[in-house]
Amino acid sequence: MAEPNRLDGGRIDRASPLTFSFDGKTFAGYRGDTLASALLAANVKLVGRSFKYHRPRGILTAGSEEPNALVGLHRGARHDPNARATTVELHDGLVAVSQNRWPSLAFDVMAVNDVLSRFLTAGFYYKTFMWPKRFWEKFYEPAIRSAAGLGALSGEPDPDRYDTGFLHCDLLVVGGGPAGLAAAMTAARSGARVILADEDFVLGGRLNAETVTLDGEPAAVWLRRALDELHAAHNVRLMPRTSVFGAYDHGVYGALERVADHLAVAPAHLPRQVLWRIRSRRAVLCAGATERPIAFANNDRPGIMLAGAMRAYANRWAVAADRTVAVFTNNDDGHRTASDLLARGVSVAAVIDARPDAHAQGNYELHRGAIVENTRGRKALTSVDVRRADGSRVTVPCGALGVSGGWNPAVALTCHQRGRPSWDASLAAFVPGADLPPGMAVAGAANGSFSTHAALQSGADAASHALAELGFEAPAAALPLAEDAPVRIQAFWHVASGKGRTWLDFQNDVTVKDVGLAVQEGFRSVEHVKRYTTLGMATDQGKLANTGAIAALADLTGRGMGETGTTMFRPPWTPVPIAAFAGRSRGKDFRPARLTPSHDWAAEQGAVFVEAGLWLRAQYFPRPGETHWRQTVDREVRAVRQAVGVCDVTTLGKVDVQGSDAAAFLNMIYCNGFSKLPVSRVRYGLMLREDGMVMDDGTAARLADDHFVVTTTTANAALVYRHMEFVRQCLRSDLDVQLVSTTEAWAQYAVAGPHARALLAGIVDPPFDLGDDAFPYMACAELTVCGGVTARLFRISFSGERAYEIAVPACYGDSLIRVLMQAGAPHGVTPYGTEALGVLRIEKGHPAGNELNGQTSPAHLSMARLVSTKKDSIGAVLSRREGLSEADGLRLVGLEAMDGETALPAGSHLFAPGRPHDPGHDEGWITSAAYSPHLGRSIALAFLARGDSRLGETIEIANPLQGQTLRATVVHPVFIDPEGTRLHG
Amino acid sequence: MIIPHPLLGPRDAREFVYLGDAALLDRPDGLAADADRLFHDYLYLRDNPAGIHRELWFHEHGDRSWLVVTRDTVTHAILKAELAGDVARKRRANG
Amino acid sequence: MTYSGLRLIREALTGHRGWKPAWRDAAPRASYDYVIVGGGGHGLATAHYLARTYRKARIAVLEKGWIGGGNVGRNTTIIRSNYLLPGNEAFYELSMTLWESLEQELNYNAMVSQRGIMNLIHSDAQRDAYRRRGNAMILHGADAELLDAGQVRREAPFLDFGNARFPIRGALVQRRAGTARHDAVAWGYARSADRHGVDIIQNCEVTGFDIAHGRVRAVETTRGRIGAGTVGVAVAGSSSRVMALAGLRLPIESHVLQAFVTEGLKPVLPGVITFGAGHFYVSQSDKGGLVFGGDIDGYNSYAQRGNLPVVEDVCEGGMAVMPMIGRARLLRMWGGVMDMTMDGSPIIDRTSVDGLFFNGGWCYGGFKATPASGLAFAHLLATGEPHATARAFRFDRFSTGRMIDEKGAGAQPNLH
Repeated sequence: MAEPNRLDGGRIDRASPLTFSFDGKTFAGYRGDTLASALLAANVKLVGRSFKYHRPRGILTAGSEEPNALVGLHRGARHDPNARATTVELHDGLVAVSQNRWPSLAFDVMAVNDVLSRFLTAGFYYKTFMWPKRFWEKFYEPAIRSAAGLGALSGEPDPDRYDTGFLHCDLLVVGGGPAGLAAAMTAARSGARVILADEDFVLGGRLNAETVTLDGEPAAVWLRRALDELHAAHNVRLMPRTSVFGAYDHGVYGALERVADHLAVAPAHLPRQVLWRIRSRRAVLCAGATERPIAFANNDRPGIMLAGAMRAYANRWAVAADRTVAVFTNNDDGHRTASDLLARGVSVAAVIDARPDAHAQGNYELHRGAIVENTRGRKALTSVDVRRADGSRVTVPCGALGVSGGWNPAVALTCHQRGRPSWDASLAAFVPGADLPPGMAVAGAANGSFSTHAALQSGADAASHALAELGFEAPAAALPLAEDAPVRIQAFWHVASGKGRTWLDFQNDVTVKDVGLAVQEGFRSVEHVKRYTTLGMATDQGKLANTGAIAALADLTGRGMGETGTTMFRPPWTPVPIAAFAGRSRGKDFRPARLTPSHDWAAEQGAVFVEAGLWLRAQYFPRPGETHWRQTVDREVRAVRQAVGVCDVTTLGKVDVQGSDAAAFLNMIYCNGFSKLPVSRVRYGLMLREDGMVMDDGTAARLADDHFVVTTTTANAALVYRHMEFVRQCLRSDLDVQLVSTTEAWAQYAVAGPHARALLAGIVDPPFDLGDDAFPYMACAELTVCGGVTARLFRISFSGERAYEIAVPACYGDSLIRVLMQAGAPHGVTPYGTEALGVLRIEKGHPAGNELNGQTSPAHLSMARLVSTKKDSIGAVLSRREGLSEADGLRLVGLEAMDGETALPAGSHLFAPGRPHDPGHDEGWITSAAYSPHLGRSIALAFLARGDSRLGETIEIANPLQGQTLRATVVHPVFIDPEGTRLHG
Repeated sequence: MIIPHPLLGPRDAREFVYLGDAALLDRPDGLAADADRLFHDYLYLRDNPAGIHRELWFHEHGDRSWLVVTRDTVTHAILKAELAGDVARKRRANG
Repeated sequence: MTYSGLRLIREALTGHRGWKPAWRDAAPRASYDYVIVGGGGHGLATAHYLARTYRKARIAVLEKGWIGGGNVGRNTTIIRSNYLLPGNEAFYELSMTLWESLEQELNYNAMVSQRGIMNLIHSDAQRDAYRRRGNAMILHGADAELLDAGQVRREAPFLDFGNARFPIRGALVQRRAGTARHDAVAWGYARSADRHGVDIIQNCEVTGFDIAHGRVRAVETTRGRIGAGTVGVAVAGSSSRVMALAGLRLPIESHVLQAFVTEGLKPVLPGVITFGAGHFYVSQSDKGGLVFGGDIDGYNSYAQRGNLPVVEDVCEGGMAVMPMIGRARLLRMWGGVMDMTMDGSPIIDRTSVDGLFFNGGWCYGGFKATPASGLAFAHLLATGEPHATARAFRFDRFSTGRMIDEKGAGAQPNLH
């Protein structure tokens, strides 16, 4: 539990000591630590293995760009692979393990890859593993695949809860460093709605990591005041632990808030994380900058880290990367690290500065114009080999090396809408280009304004400018006095001399030489190099490696940095768990469940439910003693044919059509005619898409001259309504007609069977006459039932029996089903579900979803004659195209199994007997199949070429998928009562 | 995306359903002599510009109005949103 | 130079100094017999087959940027031949057989990995439709299996069998389906085409067609005029723009399809899995990332980027079907511009301009088609006749009413 590298001071809470474990060993730390800072305090240098060569790797950064220190957190289903130790907020009892090593981190067998590395250069796999052919699939590929990945998923469902939400603001400030704070304070004082988000768990950015002063006081003093002011402002929402990961269209930003990750035990009411969609009118990006390494031989040893990170560990977390450190830099920032560490009592062995004119900023040994040529130490750095300006070499013993190659402004979000950064030679960095996402401004280090003063000033300026555009008066905030050091840097990317590999991409093990090989092989575009070498494709998405690689590429191709350009920056800025994007839409809540008013009643009857789109419908109602669904369904079907059944058809779409031109409107949307339909009558309507295929079918009931009720299938209710509104608003705005969807306003039941009228007689209020003369087949009426309840009655039939559909306002739906069952009891009423409904309609040859699958023309249904030529209606013209209407095309037919009971599987293909079963002889397929209790055999509906002229033929049914060949007789698709006498029976 | 609904103000695009090119407003006469050709071109051929595009959106989870939205297909910037009914009526009035 | 394990060893031992460029960076000549516009997968494959299979010479591929930078480099790498309709299935099955011997054909390992595809079934109607499809596949010589829920569970126990809103009731499986390394497909075809004498000309954008008396004579480019006997355009994503230069309107809209990859994870998925009650499909790459996608954003776009609602929709689908991936972190999301046609199927056809041919409209299914598309387009360019498996991919199918509409969605591109 010792902390040999812990220093005094820092911004950790020493009153809150914590313990945690790494690879089974227990360590100590404090609240305010990250896992990385606590491990460093304990002098743990080796924390991970690289992806390809399994090289030992240590902590490289102090932020979300960390490529090396990826660990697994937690046990069991909450196991979190690939967590960045550098951003993991320490909590008591945290369990962390290293990844991508076997059997242990210290001894990793797969490190053999490193020995073979000369064979495993960029793109090696494209050139080999091709012989013998079978070996790739059987041996090489599985071997490569088994080595894939870093951490592992638990394999169990993620047990945590995630939320999604919307936020709105006038100004979104991304990043809570000096620029972001100045922007937020300026905006706060203007009264605008402000959101300040930062991925860190404390606000302040680099102010927490530096020893700078503001107005002559330590930065922490000003920071406290600034945060107090922002906390107190009601128009400001401060969001630490919130990573703004993407800039989307029209000012929408995606952000992930880590709500409970830092809690040892999260309260039950908190989600683990929240995915916010922030709708901002303006945004200021103050995301800071990311330091980049310099490539030199063996620059990947544990102990080598970015100089700014080394400084942050010392200042913020009071941790020395080692008791003896050195710094390698090409800019002044490296010297800050040396002087800060020196001030904290850490021994600085040397500063190696590539610039011949570098100045020391403290009492340490400075090698000007010098480079690091190599490093030593197997699992932790022990020394670095330095070549001095005069060519002499010296070995500098040190346990840690801080490297600074300069800073990359965090431009990623500026590029999410296809913007490109531009190269600024004076800063030796890519800065935001001209094409920012609309509404975005950039300030602070993200915009190349690196000094504390420039960051504060540019943040305040960007905010006042943005707010002025929105009409807010934003008086310039009084900014504190702060350092305004210029950027002094000499571009320097990699050390060409020295023996050993010089690493660019630490996680994916890509070297400068790999880039050279790519160029040698013709991969000269920056995108080609990335894809060929995998550079920049690791979990940091090239935040560390890309600039160095672009420099190497620019060198090799003789192009400049700007001309070489960057690869495309894509969201997310930092990776986001899939579960966070899904929020609560998972499990049973993946999609809403729509329930009909009689749902509870059906559940009481023991109904089995089935998904029908979003609806849950009663599929069948098993009774005690029935052991197979077929028994139940057969019984329900027989009851309809022999007595009376009741089925909930509430889910059918219903559209109310009103207006003086209502009939003309229906004439437009249905291919058959509607103008002559009398009031109180219902007509079947066939609705086509404009391409002539059947969109839907249903009925339209004329309740008054200017009032129709249109029904649609359950599946197409939304589609048909949308289409009707399209026709009304976009095509026929000349018509006086209004539409409203009433699907959910009415509960509707089919009452079908020979006793249907007798049942209904028990509930309709006098003087309504159910007699066949007064209320014949295809009649409709508005009436009252059960002593005054408004209702609509339609005499229509899907089953082929005498049948009615009765609709009451949805609030009476539950009562009505109970009344119907009561009134029907003397008549042997039986509730039936969608399964029996399906059997009944197949017996009657009615097409439904399986037939109306969007590939069906009126001719296929033998309904071409229904398409009126006397009027203009949607789809009529194109339904006459050859491919939809040819005489020898597909026709809907019925099939009867020759051996009676064997099911005719829907989806089987049809062949003339004796013909080969190949595509050339394929004559159609079975669309729907059922066992018909009425006929006592298996039947099916099918589309068969020239089917209407082949009644009586034998057809071969091929279902090779399940090894079946059957035979059936082609029959008319109406299996039962083709004359329609039962409709009146 | 945020669609500036002419009646309801800025609305999240997830409330809408997209159909396509607003040229679909210009439906040919189904009784015309060369209706076959006219409908083929109307239904199947598209300008599909990289740039300004007038297109139809339906406010399905809103007021159920069809809109003609003028949007840049390269930048996604929305320049205008009108009620399709208004556009259709204007066209009709202008013959 | 021929690639082999031996060559690799030799080069490794001599510092990899001997590797030559995979393809020459050719400068345009004054004219070619065949000009292929578009250095993506399809254009490069076309050049390869035109040179190798049809023995044609004087061929150039013109690419406005860098080869393989379009959809061949930004897809989810799935290869399969599980189509329903006769106009499609023979073609995609041909493509599958070409994938199976691609390494030998190209002397380039595109890492074809046949780990199978599993299309999950969630309703009786879906099972019926998949049975029809599976039978169509078998009748065309492809492989297909219909699994019940128990069999699915044995093969993919991590799927949600306990708490699903839309329970898994089975699956249609094609074992020979799988994935391939997408970039390597472009590079492999480019390298092979180059070895057969094809000039691959990058940074050469076509800005116009020289058409006289109804016949194309040359293409105008940012690198000058290039005479052409026959021009084949294969620029999916830019089809409407390029063909507009020849005065042609297409039955195509451009839409954005987003794709996603997570951080690298130890192997957890056996093959490709598609959710049947939402928009989600996924496989795991050789590097360990879960590569997944869903539906197109749905609005016309040339922006190569999408928006959050679809990201959420796709992840919701993922969590609904396999909640074990919840803690996998989405690392990168990107968008590709799809040529969405009016029936969801592609076009490989002559145009009303003599000598100008078109290959496009691949919707979001172009990657798996790459080999067969190249072969069929090369056949059309070389012989003037459609390839036997691509006869249905005609422009005039919309006037004759012989659409190839797998989904039955009609003339609305964003529904295919």
